[in-house]
Amino acid sequence: MTAALAVRGLVKRYPALTALQGVDLEVAAGEFFGLLGPNGAGKTTLISILAGLTRASEGRAAVMGFDVQSQYREARRRLGVVPQELVYDPFFTVRETLRIQSGYFGLKHNDDWLDEVMHHLDLLPQADKNMRALSGGMKRRVLVAQALVHKPPVIILDEPTAGVDVSLRQTLWKFIESLNRQGHTIVLTTHYLEEAEALCGRIAMLKNGRIVALDSTRNLLDRAHERCATLSLRGDVAGAGIAGLAPQGDGEWRFRFERYEELEALLARLHGAHVAVEDLQLARADLEDVFNRIIASA
Amino acid sequence: MSAAFNTLLYKELLRFWKVAFQTVLAPVITALLYLLIFSHVLSSHVQVYPGVSYTQFLVPGLVMMSVLQNAFANSSSSLIQSKITGNIVFVLLPPLSYAEFFLAYLAAAIVRGLVVGLGVLLVTLWFAPLRVEHPLWVAVFALLSAGVLGGLGIIAGIWAEKFDQLAAFQNFLIMPLTFLSGVFYSIHSLPDFWHRVSQWNPVFYMIDGFRYGFFGAADVAPEKSLLVAGACFMAISGLTLALLKRGYKLRH
Ligand SMILES: Nc1ncnc2c1ncn2[C@@H]1O[C@H](COP(=O)(O)OP(=O)(O)O)[C@@H](O)[C@H]1O
Ligand SMILES: [Mg+2]
Repeated sequence: MTAALAVRGLVKRYPALTALQGVDLEVAAGEFFGLLGPNGAGKTTLISILAGLTRASEGRAAVMGFDVQSQYREARRRLGVVPQELVYDPFFTVRETLRIQSGYFGLKHNDDWLDEVMHHLDLLPQADKNMRALSGGMKRRVLVAQALVHKPPVIILDEPTAGVDVSLRQTLWKFIESLNRQGHTIVLTTHYLEEAEALCGRIAMLKNGRIVALDSTRNLLDRAHERCATLSLRGDVAGAGIAGLAPQGDGEWRFRFERYEELEALLARLHGAHVAVEDLQLARADLEDVFNRIIASA
Repeated sequence: MSAAFNTLLYKELLRFWKVAFQTVLAPVITALLYLLIFSHVLSSHVQVYPGVSYTQFLVPGLVMMSVLQNAFANSSSSLIQSKITGNIVFVLLPPLSYAEFFLAYLAAAIVRGLVVGLGVLLVTLWFAPLRVEHPLWVAVFALLSAGVLGGLGIIAGIWAEKFDQLAAFQNFLIMPLTFLSGVFYSIHSLPDFWHRVSQWNPVFYMIDGFRYGFFGAADVAPEKSLLVAGACFMAISGLTLALLKRGYKLRH
């Protein structure tokens, strides 16, 4: 099956620096894919090349099998991009903006779909307001709607929730997840790692223009070797003299380990010391830990 | 034409029409002021063609000047505003071809130029009787000239990164070209040196040919003016298309 996005040996040089240093990436159709990395890693540059806004210095990029340079019309028809910058045209209302955007894609009678998109993004009450009159969050919703006017099979969102209130984040993700369930491929960059963890099936981490990690979210989380157990204990814990147990107050203790045998051994020793375990909670490292570790060591 | 082209043209027309007060009315009033002042000051001193009063002579020049300046202003200001506010991405992301992009901005610039030119012409009817000997020549020169300046406006809008760069383009290229072109006088009345300089100014031929359409008389043969205007249009269009195809300053 044709990949939704295929990127080979992508290099982007600016006079002062190289923003992408040979990126290879394939995103399958139907994926919910996360593109993470610190500021300046090259995420927006990569997206811009896919969208045809920027030209690669070397390498190739394709959307649904269409080269973004030589087959740009086919490629762009299949791609919807929500740009990182909050841009708008102050001359028009929300509805005018969306109709005009539809027209650019050759769609004339698109009002039913536009109404549906506005409905899902809670934009209908704003439909006839001028763009200038909208709050930042509302403008962001219009940008999302603009990217969707032509029902693109591949949707890329470049930090769509940066500086956006919780209600929009929830509205947006509900809608985007439903689009993903209908078969749209979603690529997302975000600074909220819990968002990526909750939404993305696979994640690429970018640093200094290179991919430093590319794996399923599950595998990435598993890379965090350290786990942490929080235990509520009853009995003379201190007297039992068990190494590795750190008091947390309120009768709670924390135990860090890498392999589950260590936890089993701990429980056996507690049992031997007649200390009762009243509660035990296991916490995994979250994506933020993994991200920080990978970025720091890359 | 494609729906994408139609939409971009419609958007560009709507953009200036929504602020017609600044984009149409203001330049008409400016031209009217020129007419009042120059015709008052000079009408008793100058007669260029027999049977044509100075005020009558001035009208085609002012109309053409308005056509040129507004065609240029339309494409250049639209592009630079879109670039500076960033909303240029809305036309860069869709599958518009560079030819559609060019033609839409060009056509909108021509329409704006012609609407303002027509407005100026209508207003001057109060001050001087209209004489149109060859309406087809009038139309052809108006169209071609608006096209040349519309194309130049696209180039300037793409090239400029700030408003003051665009203003420099306007002040150091467009204004001298239009003012040193015989809007207010026949170049035969100029000293020899400036006469010869003017002959290298393509805008002179646009205005001269345009004026020929009105009075049936001109400084040079209208066929020659047509050739110059046509060649300019082809050259500017070719250059604009080449820049757009390369993505010059639009797709880095
Ligand atoms: N037009 C440009 N000219 C020069 N450098 C640029 C340009 N655009 C981006 N860069 C640089 O390229 C690097 C990657 O930027 P970007 O792709 O925006 O990163 P990210 O989106 O991951 O934060 C940064 O160092 C940035 O300064
Ligand atoms: Mg970015």
